[in-house]
Amino acid sequence: MSQQVLKHPGLNLGPAHGKDDRAAENMMFGFWVFLMSDAILFGMVFATYVTSVHATAGGPGPHALYDLKSAFIETLLLLASSFTFGMASLALKYKHGKPRLIGWMVLTLVLGMVFLGFELHDFSSMFAKGGVPSRSGFLSAFFDLVPLHGLHVAAGCIWLICLVGQILRYGLDTATKLGIMRLALFWHFLDIIWIAIFSVVYLTGLT
Amino acid sequence: MSIAGIFEHPLGRLGLDSLPFWNMLQHPTKGNIINGIIATGAASVVVFGALGLIVVLTRYKLWRVLWSEWATSPDHKKIGIMYVVIAFVMLARALIEAALMRAQQAYGLGGGFLSPDHFAQLFSTHGTIMIFFMAMPFLTGVINYVMPLQIGARDVSFPVLNSISLGLTAAGAALVMVSLVLGKFSTGGWFGYPPYTEATFSPGVGPDYWIWALTLGSLGSTFTGINFAVTIYKERAPGMKLMRMPLFTWTALCTSILMIFAMPPLTVATAQLALDRYLGFHYFTNALGGNMMHFANLFWLFGHPEVYILILPAFGVYSELFSTFSGKVLYGYRSLVMATMAIAILSFTVWLHHFFTMGQSANINAVFGIASMLIGIPTGVKIYDWMLTMFRGRVRFTVPMVYSIGFILLFVLGGMSGILLANPTVDYQVHNTVFLVAHFHNMAVPGLLFGMIAAYHFWFPKAFGFRLNERWGMISALCWIFGFMLAFFPLYALGLMGLPRRTVAYTEPSYVPLEWVAFLGALLILTALASLLWQLWVSIKQRDENRVFAGDPWDGRSLEWSNSAPPPEYNFAVIPEVKGRDAFTMSKEGGTAYQRPDTYQDIELPKNSAMGPVIAAIGFTLAFGLVWHIWWMVILSFLAAVATLIIRGFARDTTRIVTAQEVRQEHHRWIDAVAAATAIARVDENKPANDGLAQHASDGVVP
Ligand code: HEM
Ligand SMILES: [Cu+2]
Repeated sequence: MSQQVLKHPGLNLGPAHGKDDRAAENMMFGFWVFLMSDAILFGMVFATYVTSVHATAGGPGPHALYDLKSAFIETLLLLASSFTFGMASLALKYKHGKPRLIGWMVLTLVLGMVFLGFELHDFSSMFAKGGVPSRSGFLSAFFDLVPLHGLHVAAGCIWLICLVGQILRYGLDTATKLGIMRLALFWHFLDIIWIAIFSVVYLTGLT
Repeated sequence: MSIAGIFEHPLGRLGLDSLPFWNMLQHPTKGNIINGIIATGAASVVVFGALGLIVVLTRYKLWRVLWSEWATSPDHKKIGIMYVVIAFVMLARALIEAALMRAQQAYGLGGGFLSPDHFAQLFSTHGTIMIFFMAMPFLTGVINYVMPLQIGARDVSFPVLNSISLGLTAAGAALVMVSLVLGKFSTGGWFGYPPYTEATFSPGVGPDYWIWALTLGSLGSTFTGINFAVTIYKERAPGMKLMRMPLFTWTALCTSILMIFAMPPLTVATAQLALDRYLGFHYFTNALGGNMMHFANLFWLFGHPEVYILILPAFGVYSELFSTFSGKVLYGYRSLVMATMAIAILSFTVWLHHFFTMGQSANINAVFGIASMLIGIPTGVKIYDWMLTMFRGRVRFTVPMVYSIGFILLFVLGGMSGILLANPTVDYQVHNTVFLVAHFHNMAVPGLLFGMIAAYHFWFPKAFGFRLNERWGMISALCWIFGFMLAFFPLYALGLMGLPRRTVAYTEPSYVPLEWVAFLGALLILTALASLLWQLWVSIKQRDENRVFAGDPWDGRSLEWSNSAPPPEYNFAVIPEVKGRDAFTMSKEGGTAYQRPDTYQDIELPKNSAMGPVIAAIGFTLAFGLVWHIWWMVILSFLAAVATLIIRGFARDTTRIVTAQEVRQEHHRWIDAVAAATAIARVDENKPANDGLAQHASDGVVP
């Protein structure tokens, strides 16, 4: 274990990265603060959901609409993608070379996209059963919370593609490294949000 | 929607009837003509103002300067100035609207001249503008200018993000201005309560203007909060420990933290209202499980912290002013810091007092009532600290100090009425009357607005290198103070007499005399604004006599006074070492101010970036398209926004170097000027002899 002082919470690049490590301090701190603000955003949407669960207005409720199997598969996909992104971060930190880094990133991207695919499929089957957002307060709240997470994942996927592009174009310069590190935080953050969604929306909804 | 549907109505809901004079031409009744003429007049001010600006910029070939020196500049000082300019423009509009409302109510016995709809637009735009596009830009601008200088930093942590925040705010302000020309603004008040603002009851574009203007503004403020907080945590000069920071910086920190936590609930509330309106969701509707109480909770979860976002920076300004113009160390620094933090935390625990009457149990009301009253304690601590700062000081009655003293006297009154309102039983009697209007203006005007105008006077010489005219400043300050009293004290009485807020007309003759007093007050306030503008004009004309290049016109105490006026773009030739509180005073006393260091270093600065203005333009077209249902514009703007962010991600080489040689030259030019200047005593600080070099004396003793 090294005794170096952490420059910011989370995985640090470490002194071997010289000026990039120093540049990470403010940028990563700023991104943590941003995530805090984003967490409040999700908190408010969760609050809306929790207070609207029973506002089904005679329309279909959780039991009629949710598919636990699919939600469970989505959970596994997202957890796996967090693992692969973790491997990408380690490849970055310990300089395992661009091919391995890009490999892990692409794997993460694929998992993220499959997750989105499953999610869209869920939505369309809910639609087919009459579970559209304009049906009730409950469905409005559901379609605020879960797709908001999905949109974040989609944005993360686009960001991932751009970062791979930046690696190919500029190599691992400061900006690319910091980009990967921020996206890593973002990705794990979305994972945590999903765990909350899985517990609060799907598990609680189906008990 | 099909592809063809997108282009079916290329102008969306825009049509001839969106023009302010259309209704008057179609239905020329007397009432319609009066309202039409007022609306058309306002629209022409916007249109001709914009045209005039374009002509001037072209005539004097200023487009390039505007673009490369201002719009694309990442320099926190310029961004700060641009924020304040936006604030002043919006202030002027909102004040004119306020005077119009007061005129209507003065004539309001049994009618008046404005239609109810027009009156409702006036209080909605006035409130929305004052909060989101006057107060927020003003304080953001002042913090932007001053805070990095106070902590000895070269800039904020994320300069380009700073410029993007400005762009978002500017786009929101522009949207509110355009609503004067095309269509009508919301009539739902500054907090836009559904279900009234739902599509069922307000099908027009009004609430949409409100929603998107607020969304743009709140996104900008979220980024600003993040940027400021990171700057204060990470960019402080060596030795600038937290407990050595000037009090203004402390309040800036607390305000930023509040922005980070309090803006998201607003974003959620406006986004959900938008989903209700555009896609038929049911968050706040009457039917199918919607619940407007969600909106009330979300909005005030933002709204109450918001009022502290507004007031804390003003508290910071007053702290600096009392100390500087009393020639004394700030009394009770530690307690002021604690009080500021306490207020920031308590501000999240009281939101429910905005709807005591909306159905929760008496016990819940009691809890929130007590929590609200508790805020009076830290605020009271502050008032005593400020008074004790003046105690036994040599108080100089400069313009900022007149505002500060007016503030203390009036703010305490406003606080008292707040304590009354925090008692739910009292609130049941006077809620929704103009008593409440008197209360919150009593906090907003002497608290926030006086603070910001005082800050403008105090730091103007730093920003532009010359002092503002004292005489006109004094006239304006007195007009503000007395105008405020005339305009709002009667409302306390009228409120107790039962006049509801937002009333366009009434049938009770006993209201009339007090309404007229309030109207006179509003006119005096307009005079104050005019004097402020005239003061600026006079000061610009006399600028050569009043230059303070040496940089310290008021015998200042913190680091922002320790460099030239205006400061170089990199702020400090050499980053200062801080040894204690009141860092500049310490170095003046220790004889270490105005040094010529032996060596200089190259300084790295961010390059100009078009991100700010580009995001402003995209944000504006996106919001405009959404308001008017011009879907192709929405889609294009959205794609453009994504593309811009991606392209920015690929940008490299975003900094430039100012060489040590240039830094040395500029610094020496300033030090030479300081050496040539004569230090002046405080009695002469408002005379042309003040070149910005102060004779310094220890606490309380004034040479
Ligand atoms: C200084 C001169 C000002 C005057 C003469 C003035 C006048 C007025 C008037 C006449 C109203 C309508 C009252 C009613 O509902 O019956 C109003 C509402 C309001 N004003 Fe002001 N005002 C001033 C400054 C400010 C400032 C500095 C702020 C905030 C920073 C502010 C924020 C508001 C808000 C939020 C409302 C409520 C709008 C609503 O009902 O939705 N005003 N003002
Ligand atoms: Cu409040």
